[in-house]
Amino acid sequence: MTDVSMTVNGKPVSADVEDRTLLVYFLREQLGLTGTHIGCDTSQCGACVVHVNGRAVKSCTMFVAQAADADVLTIEGLAKDGKLHPVQKAFRENHGLQCGFCTPGMIMTAVDMIRRIPDLDRKKIRAELEGNICRCTGYQNIVTSIEDAAKRMADDAKGMAA
Amino acid sequence: MIPYSFNYYRAASLSEAEAMLKTLPEAKLLAGGQTLIAAMKMRLAQPSDLIDISGLRELSFIRAEGDRVVIGAGAKHYEVADSEVVRKAIPALAALAGTIGDPAVRHMGTLGGSLANNDPAADYPAAVLALDATVTTRRRSIAADEFFTGMFSTTLDDGEIITEVSFPIPERGQYAKFPNPASRYAMAGVFVAKTKSGVRVAVTGAGPGVFRVPEMEAALAHDFSPNAIANIAIDPSDLNSDIHGSAEYRANLVTAMAKRAVAAAQ
Repeated sequence: MTDVSMTVNGKPVSADVEDRTLLVYFLREQLGLTGTHIGCDTSQCGACVVHVNGRAVKSCTMFVAQAADADVLTIEGLAKDGKLHPVQKAFRENHGLQCGFCTPGMIMTAVDMIRRIPDLDRKKIRAELEGNICRCTGYQNIVTSIEDAAKRMADDAKGMAA
Repeated sequence: MIPYSFNYYRAASLSEAEAMLKTLPEAKLLAGGQTLIAAMKMRLAQPSDLIDISGLRELSFIRAEGDRVVIGAGAKHYEVADSEVVRKAIPALAALAGTIGDPAVRHMGTLGGSLANNDPAADYPAAVLALDATVTTRRRSIAADEFFTGMFSTTLDDGEIITEVSFPIPERGQYAKFPNPASRYAMAGVFVAKTKSGVRVAVTGAGPGVFRVPEMEAALAHDFSPNAIANIAIDPSDLNSDIHGSAEYRANLVTAMAKRAVAAAQ
């Protein structure tokens, strides 16, 4: 057992965990943050994507001990003051989901790619979604949602600079 | 899936990690864990202890040194892919790093981890062998031709830790990969590098481990063009055959990817 402390969605948490505990199980079962999903459990589907120190990772392929002292962001931490994150808003408005199971991972991956890549287009978005699988085959609207969110966020940033 | 139990340690330094490996014979190093953790979850690996070296700053660097690029073993795939130093000096190496796994995997996986694991379909071994890189550990420097010894096997001794890899900057170099459409691992990946001293061609994914193709190297040294190797057939008898493709198919892919790499390097 190991004592771990970290920040999850802006709040400090600490717990005594078995060393073999995966980050995704810690988030879901100990913190009750069930928005992060377990799909394939073999780091292929991306339903478990969260951000650790600002970067998208697959929480099914990381031990919670590796995230000790880190800053972790899950889908539950994206909305601020009751307002959806622009990517969440875009998924909602563009119908970027069908069953919704892959959506938390899709959105966390989308937020990460928009942060990293200033000139996203549909081709780049599809390449960046390589590690996220939607079994409803709903990629068309997912790509549209990310494209829309990227554009809105760029416009907002310009608006703030002006 | 839950792995077998183990004890987790976060090493504060390389010396500490090395000392721990001496006293814990069943321990394993943990870097990005993108292969090791998957194997542990499938219960194909059962280390008694994991010694996490991913946070060690002494392993995390990328720098140009004269006619070489030196990359710390702890450099993550996305860091190599995004590095201005690598993109400028050896663009094919940066591009290769940007095709490993997916973005989330590239945020975790490391150069040293990939090389120490030596998966027969991993990308980095092709670059290390074709570029004639030198792998440095805490104990010695190892030439690429000596480092890889077969499927999941290297010349590293027990407890020997890779610290950095030094890549000579080639005149030209390109990597062409035919990824498995599902896993994205290389069905065949060919790295071609041309330097003052000649041409090296290294193949990953097609055989039990990364290998060179001397016939192609000789032909390309004489004439660095796709046509020079178009008629060089690879012997399929030592290549992999599985549900994804026969050995003959992979042999054909090797020549096709080699031609693509040379064409892209023109």
